[in-house]
Amino acid sequence: MRLFKNAKFPFVEKRYIFFIISAILVLASILGIIFKGINWSTDFTGGVSIIINMQPKDSKVPPLSIDNLRKVINDAGFKEAEIQFIGDSSNATFQIKVGGEDVNKVKEQITEVLTTQLPEYVQGRDMQNDVIRQIDVVGAKAGMEMRNNAIIAVLISMLFMIIYIWIRYEFTFGLMGIVALFHDVIILVGVFAFTQKEFTMTILAALLTLVGYSINDTIVIYDRIREDLKIHRKDSVPVIFNRAINSTLSRTVITGSTTLVTALSLYFFGGPVIHDFALAMSLGIIIGTYSSIFIASNLVLETFGHTRTEKQAIKHLTKKK
Amino acid sequence: MKKYSWLTPVSILIFVVGTLIFLSPIFVPEDVNWPIKQKLKLGLDLRGGTQIVLTVVTKDLPEADRAAAVENNIRIIRNRIDQFGIAEPTIQKMGESDILVQLPGVKDPIAAENLIMKSAVLEFKLVAEPDIAEKFINQVDAIIQENLDKFPILAKLAAEDKALAKAETDTVKAGEGVFKSLITTMDRDLAVRYEDLEIVRSLLQDSTFVNLKPKGYDLVLESVDEKKKASREPVILYVLESTAQLKGTDVDRASMEIGPSDSPSPQIANKPYISLTFTRAGARKFANCTGDNIGRRLAIVLDNTVYSAPVIQDRIPDGKAMITGQFTEQEAKSLAILLNNESLSAPIEPKYSTQVSATLGEDSIQSGLKAGLIGILAVIIFMIIFYKGAGLIADFVLVFNVGFILAAMTLFGGTLTMPGIAGIILTIGMAVDANVLIFERIKEELDAGRPPTSALDAGFKRATVTILDSNLTTLIAALVLYQFGTGPVRGFALTLTIGIIGSMFCAIVFCRYIMEKTMIRPGKTTMSI
Repeated sequence: MRLFKNAKFPFVEKRYIFFIISAILVLASILGIIFKGINWSTDFTGGVSIIINMQPKDSKVPPLSIDNLRKVINDAGFKEAEIQFIGDSSNATFQIKVGGEDVNKVKEQITEVLTTQLPEYVQGRDMQNDVIRQIDVVGAKAGMEMRNNAIIAVLISMLFMIIYIWIRYEFTFGLMGIVALFHDVIILVGVFAFTQKEFTMTILAALLTLVGYSINDTIVIYDRIREDLKIHRKDSVPVIFNRAINSTLSRTVITGSTTLVTALSLYFFGGPVIHDFALAMSLGIIIGTYSSIFIASNLVLETFGHTRTEKQAIKHLTKKK
Repeated sequence: MKKYSWLTPVSILIFVVGTLIFLSPIFVPEDVNWPIKQKLKLGLDLRGGTQIVLTVVTKDLPEADRAAAVENNIRIIRNRIDQFGIAEPTIQKMGESDILVQLPGVKDPIAAENLIMKSAVLEFKLVAEPDIAEKFINQVDAIIQENLDKFPILAKLAAEDKALAKAETDTVKAGEGVFKSLITTMDRDLAVRYEDLEIVRSLLQDSTFVNLKPKGYDLVLESVDEKKKASREPVILYVLESTAQLKGTDVDRASMEIGPSDSPSPQIANKPYISLTFTRAGARKFANCTGDNIGRRLAIVLDNTVYSAPVIQDRIPDGKAMITGQFTEQEAKSLAILLNNESLSAPIEPKYSTQVSATLGEDSIQSGLKAGLIGILAVIIFMIIFYKGAGLIADFVLVFNVGFILAAMTLFGGTLTMPGIAGIILTIGMAVDANVLIFERIKEELDAGRPPTSALDAGFKRATVTILDSNLTTLIAALVLYQFGTGPVRGFALTLTIGIIGSMFCAIVFCRYIMEKTMIRPGKTTMSI
């Protein structure tokens, strides 16, 4: 079975259309991030920790499971609640961490939810002293320091990627590869800003995966450009770029699809807890694949020959390593 | 290449056997004595762990400094846990001055608690000369005798001694009080009988005693290790000068090391010890101190316990020292961690510790696994549809690749969390990429009219360059993230690194070997791809 056999799509010729689309997406994302802001989850902002006991008075009521409690708490608007048993699960004591700063308000909301949604567990019990055992403000799991640390680590790793690509290919390839990465990251963060979905630690992991995936995809095309520059010396540079993108298209799409299939399966069957994570992964794969095909090498073409003459650049690219 | 034809099957054998060895503990039941103990740890979301709630005692601090002290303690605790090798803990401030710590898969909360709360005060103090030590002991003895009413336990002991002395007449020497009767000698040192150890220890900690004893010198016990406990040997009691020659702040770096088996010194041969490197100022102090006191003994005191008291042979100018003692590897490691990090800004007291369950319920874990399996299955079917026989081989190798990731994570002490599992599933999607690159290339070569043997060879050769370049770029990024990142970023980088290495090996070496052995036959002109 062959996909895109002898494909001849005019990726290079139509590049300005994609530049404009990307520019709009990036600009919109930046505006979204600035004006709507990122909805940092309790991982980053801290919240309220509540310890509740849900041992029903009526012994016929089945024990409450974490998943059932989570559903009720989620439905009440606490999207990324973290719930676990404290001590042995037979004690039916739960520790719940939710967003929010106002202890009293959270206490009121939780009381309300429990009495209306799970009445069989709290009936005939003293809500203030027996059901709600303890309530505290908790700090962030990853404070400012850790967040800054992560950003610095990512920037350093990008610097090293530029250097590696510079050595193996050419400087503009490295620089534009990273520009394309920024493009991907900004758009994905922008989606989270617009939808106001909570930005958790796991979303951060998805973002990092996107970076790895996208650069991988881009370099496969770079590699073909480098090879074709060696073989087809008489063709003009834009022709070579377009042919390279087309001849790797089959691989780009197949790899994108297999990876997307796994991410989508997590999205549809993985349950509510990894829902947003799977969404970020799926979007990341789509954005990463898009930028590899339409943006990264076209950006290189735009700047090719600016840092040195085209001839020198080709010579640097094709010399034996 | 022909010269190294054995290299490929050998490396594949190592890969497969290594994977099976490190995965084996998963399948061996708990009670069987299996040589490999290390098991893949599951994160708080999958298995839960231990929750420790601590209170920072801030009442002695000015109001303005309290919040900063709590924050600082959180940072120090995070570093300690990180260096202890417990991945993916949760550490949060709770309320005003409590700290909530959750450690995944920790079975022994006491050890974790100790590590978190220990202060690790390191001091280097000179041991008093024997005549001064004797004088000091006599002074202490006299003071205790005068104030016997303030030390009820010693008073009781003295009364018993008196009764005994009456019964057997004499033996208790004139002018010798109850304190001296507790002291015996061992070689050149003063010592305490093992049975009296607790009495002496509590006396030394008694604030009344600390206030009464003559100034200038201190009494410090040596550390009691398992061997001493078993043999009930006397425990050395040192008389040390009160002023510390050097302190923990003079230490630049501490690390656990294991002495070479051929070391001439029995204290370090084959044994764990802590190697210290002093700061510039510390090195100068250490050189002066050793230079001025040749022939005397310098005690290394950690948390008010003497670990060793070697005789100073010579001036030591290079700013290095070691703490020897009967450490277990684990103890030496925790001590090095404690010495490397600054001391806590304010003391910490445990409030309670308890087991906590996984944050994901049973249902969530089940659906996560189900989704993962569906994803993998889809990829496997996909590969067979697209690449037929070659796809089947790629699928076979993929199984080992997943095994390798899990085995390597076990080896490096990684912790598997739900996002980690999702990451692995994603790695699978990406691992297939290397195969896709190769197979697409082979198809191109076949299209160009090459026979299978040379198409396979050319396809692999060309695609290998691409795979190396694209994967190495990602690998470099992953290694940098591991080096500079903290917490979850680091965990992610570890999984990514392992995944990249595994999939590169599987595609370029493993898969190629099987394809060459099974798909290439002389005279065959087609290929199942």
